Amino acid sequence: MMKIKTPKKGRVKRELDKRAPKLVETGKKTLILQGTKTSGTLNSVLSEIYHLKKGGAVRFTRKNDNIRPFESGGETSLEFFSLKTDCSIFVYGSHSKKRPNNLVIGRMYDHHVYDLVEVGVENFKSIESFTYDKKIAPRVGSKPFIAFVGEGFENVDELKHLKEVLLDLLRGKVVENINLAGLDRAYVCTAISSNKVYLTHCALRLKKSGTVVPRMELVEVGPSMDLVVRRHRLPNEGLRKEAMKTAKDQPKKKVKNVSSDAIQGTIGKIYIPDQKVGEMALPNKAKGVKRERREAKNKDANEHASKKQKEESE
Amino acid sequence: METENQNPFQLDVGNLLAFNPFHNFPSLPTSRDELVKECLQEGTKLVQAVADSLFNLPSTEDVDGPLVKLPPPTTKLPREKHLPKPKPPTKWEEFAKKKGIKKRKKDKVVWDEQTGTWKRRFGYDRVNDDKDIPIIEAKMTDEPGEDPFAKRQDDKKKRVEKQEKNRFQNLKQAAKLGALPSHVQLAATALPITGTQVPPKKVTKDELGNVAGMAATSTASGGKFDRKLPGEKPAKKQGKHRKFLPVVEGSGIGSREKEQTENVLNKLISKHSHEILNVDKAVTMYNVKKEKKARNRKNQEGRSSSTSNELKPKKQLHKKGAKRGPGSSRKGKA
Repeated sequence: MMKIKTPKKGRVKRELDKRAPKLVETGKKTLILQGTKTSGTLNSVLSEIYHLKKGGAVRFTRKNDNIRPFESGGETSLEFFSLKTDCSIFVYGSHSKKRPNNLVIGRMYDHHVYDLVEVGVENFKSIESFTYDKKIAPRVGSKPFIAFVGEGFENVDELKHLKEVLLDLLRGKVVENINLAGLDRAYVCTAISSNKVYLTHCALRLKKSGTVVPRMELVEVGPSMDLVVRRHRLPNEGLRKEAMKTAKDQPKKKVKNVSSDAIQGTIGKIYIPDQKVGEMALPNKAKGVKRERREAKNKDANEHASKKQKEESE
Repeated sequence: METENQNPFQLDVGNLLAFNPFHNFPSLPTSRDELVKECLQEGTKLVQAVADSLFNLPSTEDVDGPLVKLPPPTTKLPREKHLPKPKPPTKWEEFAKKKGIKKRKKDKVVWDEQTGTWKRRFGYDRVNDDKDIPIIEAKMTDEPGEDPFAKRQDDKKKRVEKQEKNRFQNLKQAAKLGALPSHVQLAATALPITGTQVPPKKVTKDELGNVAGMAATSTASGGKFDRKLPGEKPAKKQGKHRKFLPVVEGSGIGSREKEQTENVLNKLISKHSHEILNVDKAVTMYNVKKEKKARNRKNQEGRSSSTSNELKPKKQLHKKGAKRGPGSSRKGKA
């Protein structure tokens, strides 16, 4: 016996619709969690990544013993969390003697693990250790510039994979329009050697130049760290093909009652029903209304009196 | 002026991404600061390249600043969820397509002939409501003892059930193809057990209340110090449920037991007063009867055995006791 369950509240329906698969996808949410043991640097790394991605990230603070991303059975907890928080990228930090300051960055497809990259963090400098003019500090949630430097990203497999994962992690929401005044941050990733990448977060200072394009100046503000690639797991070919499928562009749905003009811009039409002002009920018994009723009553009484007189006279 | 700007960077303006695949460190700079400086320099060049193409895009003026429409991103990244599958057409939709039936737009208000006003199509105070029909004319096909109003209601119920069934079948078909709408879930209400299916027993409000009360008082202090939930009513019967009186007789509470038993007795006696035996009277009657019988027998047997009478055992005593037996036991039971 089965029955149909539909949500009774509109809020629940809207949440479910938000999590449903869409044709064109906006940004992925990130899940930041940690394993059995973490070090001080790793803690600050995780909290700063959370801060950088404030709008679209979920941070778990408890330790999770049963998550081992690279082992076959150790991913079930991750998949469950991803399902419940609707996150498709996760950053898992752990610290051990063999792999100190370990970060595993992974992506999910349909809430199952798609690919993983394991990096070690070295030479970490936190946000507090940088001194800069507070006015240029980047705002939370702004879309960043991302720059990759180095031939390693082209030649070395692992670095190629890391480049893709870092792009997915750092880019934020996918938007169609962008406000040029709100560009204030940039990530720079340089391949120092065949397995080391220097990642830093900078604020942008736009300086006046002769042309429309301002001159860019980068000032290091945010965390900077060295990432040493340790292990990685590429997705299977079939899964990769399926995940890379895109829908053909569909014609956008026409919005009703909106038209745009070159002179006036966007015009909207609002339809209001006729207001019958005479038949509306007054909310407070205004003094005028009371007097009307009183006068009407008096008039009736007078009429009665006059009628009686008439009868009497008759 | 260079018309063609050959920049060796790979740009993806949609993602605000720039990639320089040609840079390499021939020898790692000795100090960290030098390294950082060089990285920043390269980064600046790349960001400048992206900004060049970005600021040259056509922009519209907005309240906060110039708004630019970004081109779609060129780097392909994997999706996070599968592509949504299109909903399969329902049975009605297939039928309508085959027959060429088109959907017609329905108005919210319909003209009601009976009252001569515009009424809703459905909902409160609607057009063809069942309860507004005053008279139903009888047809030749109608059976005589049938209530036509009830029949109309039953028909409507059956139609609604059929519709629900059809909707359910459509959703099942969609679920099979993996195209269920995101807010609908098909939930199993019971396990598919073969054989006699016992419907789950419904617990009444009183039963639940009793059980809840039992659970609440089953703590070490009888539920007296537990924090009450908002809206929770106090227990119905507070305190002890049975009161045992002291066994020792005395004044005050001690004499209560005597009173209790007296009350009970009086009640019983008043109820069965028509049945109760007047024991003394019964005994005397019996004795008189017995004596009469004995005298008769004496007179019959009479002159022969006059002495043997004294020698005969006196049976009366036993019988008197036997007669008293049930009478006394009755009093004892009361």
